[in-house]
Amino acid sequence: MAENNRAVLKLKEKFAASIIDVVEFRDEVTVTVKKDAITDILMFLKQSLQYNLLTDLTAVDYLGKKEERFMMVYQLYSIPNKDRLRIKTPVNEVECKIPSAIPVWATANWLEREVYDLFGITFDNHPDLRRILMTDDWVGHPLRKDYPLQGPDREPYKGRLS
Amino acid sequence: MGVDNPLGENIITTSLDKLVNWSRKSSIWPMTFGLACCAIEMMATGASHNDLDRFGIIFRASPRQSDCIIIAGTVTKKMLPVIMTVYEQMPEPKWVVAMGACACSGGVFDTYSVVQGIDEALPVDVYIPGCPPRPEALLFGLLKLQDKIWNDKNSFGSSIGLGTRIDGATT
Repeated sequence: MAENNRAVLKLKEKFAASIIDVVEFRDEVTVTVKKDAITDILMFLKQSLQYNLLTDLTAVDYLGKKEERFMMVYQLYSIPNKDRLRIKTPVNEVECKIPSAIPVWATANWLEREVYDLFGITFDNHPDLRRILMTDDWVGHPLRKDYPLQGPDREPYKGRLS
Repeated sequence: MGVDNPLGENIITTSLDKLVNWSRKSSIWPMTFGLACCAIEMMATGASHNDLDRFGIIFRASPRQSDCIIIAGTVTKKMLPVIMTVYEQMPEPKWVVAMGACACSGGVFDTYSVVQGIDEALPVDVYIPGCPPRPEALLFGLLKLQDKIWNDKNSFGSSIGLGTRIDGATT
């Protein structure tokens, strides 16, 4: 079980106060942590537990479903240990920013730009926080749940009129 | 036609418009430009089995040498300025074929990032439905474009600066 996972044990040992939740589902271990400790935890996972590959960095919008609107997700992989780990951390809408993971994994650069572009979460100390998918003059963040699917300037398709 | 024919069958009489229209319709050179899965079907149409070359349709790699652009695929809002640039680089006269559901109307992509039909930006001459259209459908569309070019009026006059060309579809 998740409680016996080596990484989870080490994390609980070192960051007991920062861990919100540990879940295992179909052999996938997910650790939800507090935002304040995210840089320390990620750095610890890379340097001490050999999670040397950030496979993906993304976010989820829980508009109206959770108290804290956004959830950052870090998908980690340890090449030497052939082991995966998912780290999540909640980000609220009012203080919609989080420390950048670039000091830990350089690959976070473009991934964080994508999250900024589509969710509007800003990353502290990001060297080049520009939009990456949408055009520079785009208004809004399309993957937010309150962004209209057809775009703000167009009525949704209502089906055939005939 | 009441015209003497002293040189036998070696001479034909025609109008300058018909001569220009015939040469234009027999050498439609489309821009090599694909956007999505329709481009795969467009390539299949150009390849040996369907063989667009037999209609004088030869894909050109430069807009400066093209007189037709086949919008083959989904046009995103981010891609639209690129298409506009390519279109504006093509010399007159030029024609636009909207190939497939996406180019005609946005297709299934009723979203914030997709242009809902290339006719929002370019004057489309032929719409080809399908998702993607089969090579036969693209061929039929291009033959329709040939018919349209064939029926153009004042195509010679407009090319030497006398008046404007009257589109074949409006007559």
